[in-house]
This record gives sequence, C-alpha cells and structure tokens, in this order.
Amino acid sequence: MGLPLMMERSTNNNNVVELSRVAVSDTHGEDSPYFAGWKAYDENPYEESHNPSGVIQMGLAENQVSFDLLERYLEKKNPEGSMWGSKGAPGFRENALFQDYHGLKSFRQAMASFMQQIRGGKARFDPDRIVLTAGATAANELLTFILADPNDALLVPTPYYPGFDRDLRWRTGVRIVPIHCDSSNHFQITPEALEQAYQTARDANIRVRGVLITNPSNPLGATVQKKVLEDLLDFCVRKNIHLVSDEIYSGSVFHASEFTSVAEIVENIDDVSVKERVHIVYSLSKDLGLPGFRVGTIYSYNDNVVRTARRMSSFTLVSSQTQQLLASMLSDEEFTEKYIRINRERLRRRYETIVEGLKKAGIECLKGNAGLFCWMNLGFLLDTKTKEGELALWDVILKELKLNISPGSSCHCSEYGWFRVCFANMSEKTLDIALKRIHEFMDRQSGF
Amino acid sequence: MRLIVPLQGVVQGRGGLFVGSLIPCCLFYFLQLYLKRRRSPPPPDSDSTELPRTSSRSSLFTRGNSIGRVRVSSRASPLAKPPDSPYYIGLDRVKTDPYDRVTNRDGIIQLGLAESTLCFDLLQRWMSENLMDSLMMQSDVDGGFDVSSIAMYQPFEGLLEVRVAFADFMSRIMGGNVSFDPSNMVITAGGTPAVEVLAFCLADHGNAFLIPSPYYPGFDRDIKFRTGVELIPVHCRSSDNFTVTVSALEQALSQARKRGSKVSGILFSNPSNPVGNILSRETLHAILSFAQEKNIHVISDEIFAGSVYGDKEFVSMAEVAASGDFDKSRVHIIYGLSKDLSLPGFRTGVIYSFHEDVVSAAKKLMRFCSMPVPVQRILISLLSDTRFIEEYMAAHRQRIRDKHFLFVEGLKQLGIPCAESGGGLYCWVDMSSLLTSYSEKGELELFEKLLSVAKINATPGTACYCIEPGWFRCCFTALADEDIPVIMERIKLLAESSTS
Repeated sequence: MGLPLMMERSTNNNNVVELSRVAVSDTHGEDSPYFAGWKAYDENPYEESHNPSGVIQMGLAENQVSFDLLERYLEKKNPEGSMWGSKGAPGFRENALFQDYHGLKSFRQAMASFMQQIRGGKARFDPDRIVLTAGATAANELLTFILADPNDALLVPTPYYPGFDRDLRWRTGVRIVPIHCDSSNHFQITPEALEQAYQTARDANIRVRGVLITNPSNPLGATVQKKVLEDLLDFCVRKNIHLVSDEIYSGSVFHASEFTSVAEIVENIDDVSVKERVHIVYSLSKDLGLPGFRVGTIYSYNDNVVRTARRMSSFTLVSSQTQQLLASMLSDEEFTEKYIRINRERLRRRYETIVEGLKKAGIECLKGNAGLFCWMNLGFLLDTKTKEGELALWDVILKELKLNISPGSSCHCSEYGWFRVCFANMSEKTLDIALKRIHEFMDRQSGF
Repeated sequence: MRLIVPLQGVVQGRGGLFVGSLIPCCLFYFLQLYLKRRRSPPPPDSDSTELPRTSSRSSLFTRGNSIGRVRVSSRASPLAKPPDSPYYIGLDRVKTDPYDRVTNRDGIIQLGLAESTLCFDLLQRWMSENLMDSLMMQSDVDGGFDVSSIAMYQPFEGLLEVRVAFADFMSRIMGGNVSFDPSNMVITAGGTPAVEVLAFCLADHGNAFLIPSPYYPGFDRDIKFRTGVELIPVHCRSSDNFTVTVSALEQALSQARKRGSKVSGILFSNPSNPVGNILSRETLHAILSFAQEKNIHVISDEIFAGSVYGDKEFVSMAEVAASGDFDKSRVHIIYGLSKDLSLPGFRTGVIYSFHEDVVSAAKKLMRFCSMPVPVQRILISLLSDTRFIEEYMAAHRQRIRDKHFLFVEGLKQLGIPCAESGGGLYCWVDMSSLLTSYSEKGELELFEKLLSVAKINATPGTACYCIEPGWFRCCFTALADEDIPVIMERIKLLAESSTS
C-alpha cells in the first residue's frame, strides 16, 4: 500500500541524487497482473489478418462499437465550423489563447445537456457546477485531494476498478478501505457492509471522509439499485461524509430505464447540507468512445468544492481545441439522441453475444445490464479457491488461450475465480474468435 | 504572511530593525484590508458565490437528525479563499473592465499576462491551410475519415511522433547545439502540470526548492498547492541585473539547513521571468556545479527559450549538462508552446529529464494530465513543418524586439528605466521614482493607483518576491503599436498627479 521501495536514501557515498517517495513508490500498481497482461498483449497483439493467433486484448474497457456514428457526424458537419466554433477561422485567436479554468461556457452547457439526456431528463445539470478535467482519472484524483487529507480514507465497494488504487492514493496519500460485497446478493452494497467498513477504519484510527462508488459498476457491469443509493446517501449523512458517484458508464446502460443516477435522488432534496456532500464524476471516454480526447468532469452540488476544484483544475485543463470540437457535437441533440440510443443497443447485443457464447461453453456470468464488459465466474475451474489459484488460472488463460482478461483479485474481489472480460474494444469477428478459443479450452477441460 | 524585510534599515545600515519591521508589517496588514475593501464586486458568473450559511441545528434533515456541514480537506481550504497575491488580484480586476481599442477605451489595459498575439496572423494562416489534414487521418479501408486515429487510448506520455517533433523543434530554437532524446521526454497538458509533476518526483512534502527571486508568481501555486514543497527565494539584486550568484545560493542553502529545511533542488527560469534575463553559459555552469556539490536537482524552466530578441544567445541547461563534466541525472527541463508559439489554450507542456527513473515516474503520472490525441496530431504536423516554423520564429523574435523597443523607449521618455533583458514577453520596469515611499507599502500603493487611476495592470515586484521595491513586470506582446502611447500617457498623468 504505497510503501517506498528500498533505496539508498540515507547513505550517499556515491553522490546519487535522491528522488521523492512518490517517484519511487509502487502505488502506480503497474507491476500487478492487471497490467502484466497488457505487456503480453503489447508483445504479441492479435491482428485479424497479420497475427490471428496473437493475444486478444479483453482487459481494456474501450468502446469502439460506435465509431462509425462519430465519423459520419464529423464528416457531414462543416469541419471548419467544428474546429473553431461558430466564428470560423477567426475564432482561432480566442481558441489559442483561452486557458480559463472555468472552461468554455458553450462546452459546459453541451456537457450538461448531454448528461441530462443520458439520464432521460430525470435530473437537471447546471453548467456552472461543471468543472472540466483532463479525463475522469484526473477528476477522481482531484476530488480525492479536495475531500480528504493524507492518511484519511475513502470507502470503496469491492470489486472495484484496479486503477483506483493508483488514482485515489498515489499522490494524494489517501487510503482506500474496502466495503466487501459478494455474490450472495449480486455484489450489491449492504448497510451492514458499509458499517463494517466504517468500523474497520475507525478501529485503525483512520478518519473516513467519504464513500466512492462507480455506477454502473466496473467491473460488475451492473447498475446500482435505487434503494442502495438511498441507503448510501443516508449513511453518508449520518456519518457526515461525502458521496462520490463515478458515473462514467452511465451512457452505456443497455436499457435507460434501469439506471438511477445519484443526481435523481438529490434532485428531490432541498436540504443543502444533504446535497452538498454529493459529487458526480463523468467523462466522454467510455460512452462516446473518445478516451484520446481526455475530457472528464466533476459535477458537484457543493459550491466550495466547485470553486476549489476549478482552481485545482489548472493542473489538468481540457484543451480549448477539444472543447471547441466537441461543444457543437454534444449540443446537437438530434445527433446525441440517436448516438446514445444506437450505442446502447449495440452494446446490449454485444453483451448478449458474449454471455450466450460463454453459457454454451458452460460458463456463467453475473447478470449485467451496463458497461463494456461482463463479470465471468470461473470459480469452478480453480484448483484452490485462493488468490494463487485464481492467478494460476489467469496465467493459463493468458498463455494458452492468448486472452488478456482481468482477474478479480486485481479488483480486490473477496471471492476468487471471477474475471472481468471486455467486449467492446474489438470487431464482432474478433469476439467470435475469442469465444471459440474459450469453447475449445472448456472442451479440453471436460475431456479430462 | 511573508516576512517583510525592513528595507530602509538594511539599505541605510541603521539599527532600529525591530521598529523597522513592525511598522511595515502593520501597514502591510492595513493595506491588504484596504485593498480587499476597495476591490470591485466580482462579475456575476465568477466563482465567489457564497452559500447562505444556516445553522445546522435549525435545518433538520427529513429523517429527523440534525447534521453538520460536510467539510473539505485542510489542504483544499486555502484554495477556497480568494487569492491575495497582487498577481491574481490584478488579473481579476482587468476582467471587470477590460480595455478595448474600439468599445472600451477607458478600460484597464492588461500588462499582467505573459501572452503574445504578435504572430497570430501567421498561425491562423497555417491552421486554416493545414488543420483539417493534420487532424483527420484517412482510413485505409475506404478513404473516409478514420476517427480511431484520434479517439482511442494512446500512451499517456505522448505519441512517439509528437515527442520526436518536440525534440527536433526544441533543438532548433535553442541554438542547434543541443539535441533532445524523445525517450527522455514526457508530453503533458501545459507548463503548469509539467512543473508540478517534476516537483512530485523530486521532492517530498515539506522539502524545498531554492528559487532565484524575483520569480514568476504562478510558481507558488503550481509547486506548493498539492505537493507541499516549499519555495525558498534566493534574492537577486539590480546591481547584478537580478542574476543569481553562487554565493547567494550558498547563503540561502545554509540558512535553509539551519532552519531544518531539506532542500531538494534549484528551480529557475531561463530566460528569466519576470526580469527577462538570459543566463550565460558560465552562470549555468556555476549553478550546475553548485547543485552537483550539494547533491541536489536542477530544474530549468525554459518556456521562453524561443522568445529571445536581444543580442545574447540562449543556451539550454541541457547543453551544459551534456558537456560531460556533470552527473546529468540531476538535470530536468520544462518547456511548452504557450509562449513561443502563442498556444496557451492548447495546453502543451514538456518534461525533459536525464534521469531514467524520473522519466519513468513522470510517464505514469501523465494519466492525470496528458495531452489529447487530436492536439498531438496537430502539433506533429505543425512542429515538423520546418519551413513554417523558421518563418514563424524569425517573425516572432523580430516583432517582440520591435515592440520591446517601442515600449521601453516610451518609458524612457518618461524617465522610467527598465532592467536589461534579452528574452521573454515582458520587461522589468523600475518605477521607484513614482513611489511615495521606497517600501513594499509604497509599491503596493502604486500598484493600486496604476490599477484604479491609470487603469493599467502591471505585476508588482512584491508578488514576485523581489527584495527591492518599485519594480513592475509589464507584458507588452499583446499590445498594438497604437496602445503604447495610450499607456505612456496614462502613466505620465499618474506621475504628474503624484508630484503635484
């Protein structure tokens, strides 16, 4: 948990210049299996024609299923217009100089409108509460800096996105205390688990500053139930702590009606002292398939947090170019309505394909309804129901099946044998090949 | 509150230092209060909306319990307060009443932001001719636009092509005698994150960097905010044209050590900001020798390297470091295109380090502040257009030189001298003759008069930790020639009203 590697820090006989603890710490986590699989992929990447027996990357939650919609939009609209905004090339001047941490008003309005559309209008977003950051990774880190001091803790339900270990802890010095969830109730957060996590922190003399959830969940690929959200808010009020909801996959819910955003819960609350502990993180990396653009946002109901986050966003501003480029696209409601609808549909079909395919191979998945991945249960294949057993299986899948999937232990899952499998970052053909490899593997297993 | 040096006592060598420090301290406090009250109300959509404070006891939550207001971290609290540095105060004031040649001739003229608009015509032309091609890569399959080339995840430290393009560009504009290895380079979203990431890598919370003063006021925020690294000013004087000396560094370091402060490195800008000095090869050598001897890092912020207009040649610390006498791994360079290429809105920063582990750590930290892929594609195209870059840089330098001449001449006519400078987008102006008292208080009073009476925002030396009062940084590269006489007239009027 962030202990520095041994370095010759005190005896400096050969005048080697020192680095900071942050620089030498391994909290970046890039030595874990989650990232080790990526290295295997980098060394031998699957490619449809040139390298059909290479490693298929199923560990990257990237959405490539709707690129054609984006391409058609960008080609159709006047490119000059989208580059500079409505003023055409003369608008370049303002664009080149603009580095105001408030962000372009037109872009914030576009983001607010897009976020509203995703939630079917069930919650309203005020553009002045939107703080722009270079990606959701930066948004989560920024919020952590603002809400917690070094050695304070955020409670995070398991299993969680492995990147949180790095994003929430590395530079901030803040800890994560897990809220344990298990398959007995589909990994939903229970009030008991919340209390237990809180107590664990208190027993270790750690001050809890907030709860951070991902809704829909990564890696589960499932939405958080409305009742659970209400319980969570209640808990945060009682303990007087913050609630951060990372809703980066909100546009990737297969059926819009199944998603409840924490914004909807807050929408009906007038009491400022309740509202102002709620903060939402969003980004265009997953729903719009634009991770390369580095567009993230913090939406906070707390004026102080908005003000502070805005100032701190100097370290992670969104380029004026990207704001300009995307503002007109996101405020084109006809386009966004169509995009959101078609994207959801395609993701749903992909999900069904992979879950059906796995079922035919004798593998069950958690019932999911969102995201770019499914949560697969291979517990029955483990030699021992331990972390080592799980990693041994993961290794076999990587080396023999040449599939890079993410082991549940890297997501801090308390049950062994679960794996996250991404399905939206490849063509349908590639997905077929991956399923075929799994089939063959399972056939071989049952053959023994 | 900063320690106020009792300048008169020091300069005149008299005693009475206690009284000499007490009075300016009190006056400084009163002046701060005075300035705060005089500040005009913020514009409607500014970030100073206050929540109506209600007692937590009276606002009962529906579920029946009375709850406290949730708090933010203690490190966030300072950020919530309005800025108290004249640097930011001045920038904010201009926003309330900005000068416009046509629509608001009585507005406040901005001389506090180091930005250049002198070569926008060239940039605009390039963009209109090349932007679409550089951005929209062709698909192999059907010749249509391939969005995946700009949409997908790419290495956070920047595509190899953009690092190669930057390496080549930096080498050209820094004299051509230094080469940069793209694998030692990390691309980020601006000079601000570049300097913060380096601070995170080189120093722990509570450690310090020595920094020759006067220095760029933004460093206080960029370095101290989240890293907890302190900045220890190393005072430079007009007698040396504000060039740092090794003896000053020695003194600052030993004082720091006596206080129990651990110094991790030296941070300096070259060309310097706010003075505009170009550090000689000898000075760079001396700084590096000093760092080597004390086993600390050197961070050279070279963001104005392409904005040199004087006779002195610019030499990068990278060139000195590579000269073979030194342990290069302690040398780190910061660069970006906000100044030299007038693209602050794009958010372009470079961290260049000779230390493998620093590059490795910085790469991983780029996930928090990386440059978007579409912008990288534009820059690859722009920076590799060597013919355009040559034309641009030549025009950029020439136009700064011309504007600098006009501005400094104008001040000279008023009897106001400037420090010698050869780079940057500003000049360092000695307005001590306009001070009512040769002190920090006098300087802040003049700052306020410049803002409210002359309607000019110039950054006072106090904000830059300058030890001599009366100096102001004036940025002139966003001015049209016809703005200059307007400015000089206003200063003249102010000077005359002071003496009357």
